[in-house]
Amino acid sequence: MSTLTTTAGEPRTRKARKAKELGSAIPMTAFLWLLAAVYAFPLLWFLLSAFKPGSELFQYPLSFLPEDPTVAGFEKAWDRFDFMLYFSNTLAVALTTTVLTVMASAMTGYALAKYREQRWVRIFFVCLLATTMLPTEVIMSPTFLVIRDLGMYDSFAGLVVPSILTVTGVFMFRQFFLSVPDDIVEAARIDGAREAGIFFRIMLPMSRPIIMTLAIFSFQWRWNDYVWPLIVVGDERKFTLQIALRSIVGAENIDWPLLLAASVMSILPLVLIFIVFQKYVMNEDINAGLKD
Amino acid sequence: MTATAIDTEAPAGPLARPGKGRRPKYRLAPIGLAGLSIVLFAVFFVWPGSLGLIYSFTDYTGIGDYDFIGLANYEKLFGDPTFYQALTRSLLFAVLSVPLMYVMSLTVASLLVSDYAKGRAAAKVVFFFPWLISPIVAGVIWRWMFGESFGFVNYVVSELGGNPLAWQTDPDLALMVVVMAATWGGTAFNMLIFIAALKNVPRAYYEAAEIDGANAWQRFRHITLPSIAPTSFLVVLLSSLGAMKEFAMVQALNGGGPGTSNVFLIQYIYETGFKRADIGYASAVSMILLLILLSIALLQMWVNRRRGA
Repeated sequence: MSTLTTTAGEPRTRKARKAKELGSAIPMTAFLWLLAAVYAFPLLWFLLSAFKPGSELFQYPLSFLPEDPTVAGFEKAWDRFDFMLYFSNTLAVALTTTVLTVMASAMTGYALAKYREQRWVRIFFVCLLATTMLPTEVIMSPTFLVIRDLGMYDSFAGLVVPSILTVTGVFMFRQFFLSVPDDIVEAARIDGAREAGIFFRIMLPMSRPIIMTLAIFSFQWRWNDYVWPLIVVGDERKFTLQIALRSIVGAENIDWPLLLAASVMSILPLVLIFIVFQKYVMNEDINAGLKD
Repeated sequence: MTATAIDTEAPAGPLARPGKGRRPKYRLAPIGLAGLSIVLFAVFFVWPGSLGLIYSFTDYTGIGDYDFIGLANYEKLFGDPTFYQALTRSLLFAVLSVPLMYVMSLTVASLLVSDYAKGRAAAKVVFFFPWLISPIVAGVIWRWMFGESFGFVNYVVSELGGNPLAWQTDPDLALMVVVMAATWGGTAFNMLIFIAALKNVPRAYYEAAEIDGANAWQRFRHITLPSIAPTSFLVVLLSSLGAMKEFAMVQALNGGGPGTSNVFLIQYIYETGFKRADIGYASAVSMILLLILLSIALLQMWVNRRRGA
């Protein structure tokens, strides 16, 4: 009897369940993709506009796709705007800073995680966290004076050195090294390894995922940074891309074809990195470590 | 937040005691490892921070000598209508953008962890993409969308029979564009944080609630929201601090315009400190902003504690 009812009832409930699932799936999927379209649209519009000739940009009715696609804007950006110079300036700064940031963060994060029994280590950690409250933007003018007094104004060092230390980077490594058992350190010590050796030969190779993630983050921060270069650089030949782009937007009459093309070109390196290293960038587990 | 983190991490008794005899051996290692960071911290945070505090009591212009003028900068500040305008505009921006950012990031994250929505992996890339865009370029993108005589939005508005809106010349509409652009750019990172938190909510809770007949909204309201409360706190805190120091994006979007109506605090500091070379006065503004950031953080921690208790 009971078996009979279940066999008879099952198709119906299964069907009902499927219908219910579909009833949830359609609106949810539609909503998700509607939002995605809203988020994607500004970017698509900007991207497609960069391929329109100057005359078409302001011509009504507007068309979504360029009617007469051209790369004239890109050529102009390349020739007249000194794109290569700003590009290589930015690349040099971003790469150098990233290497130094990863090294400094790994070392500091390790020190903060594995030598916690020393009081000053814990105090320094609190000090670092407190700097979240004191971002460079807030103390721009005294920072400028410090840079100037150090003789770093308008120099490569001025663009690199001040941005090496990032709390986020130190924090990521600290969280990682906290999760590494202290026994490994103790065992290595008993085997006679020196402290520096333990860090460089055992701990640093273990932290590869964090190194990758922080390297990508740091590169993005430096590539897109506006505030430090704004403070440090005055000479047009030393501008980074963001400062150079800002100088086009800040002009009395904005050269839109040039601006759109140069902006599109400026985001390409990051897009490339994102495509190659997607799993490190969108890794929620590592980002989630930031929340404690 | 920081204080509790430290308390729990103080070395446990049994570990510290036998170690006492041989710990001093490792005294140099942490100094060597963290040395570079300590120097950088001292030179680029402590030094400018203290200079800022000192200069805020002087009439320093960046060159030559300066005199201590007591609280004159602060007195001038509190009587300065442009400062009040920058302050209220920044606060208004934070009040508008933080809730929007929170709702959008959580909505997107919830959809991205839902079993029902299709194409989640591709959608996640779309939502994440703005993270790659610099604030300057984001400003350019939104300026292009909301151009008054040439922008796409006004084109659609007029096609639909409406009058083109003054996105650039009306201060409040211009602020709306800034709010939208900031939300668009900030969703990606907050969304990732929320996804991690949502995945950690035990599924059994939802199943139990479903058996008890709770609908989707009730499940969200009574299970999801309480479970992700610590993450919500973090996102709101970081977004508020971020909103109070919004600068680069506005520089490209409308330069604080029309006129000076949307000049936020950082831009005000930049303009008084660099363009007018009034470093004493700019430093006083910096100190006020610092106090504001600090009170935002303390207030939110207090709310968070109370709710938790």
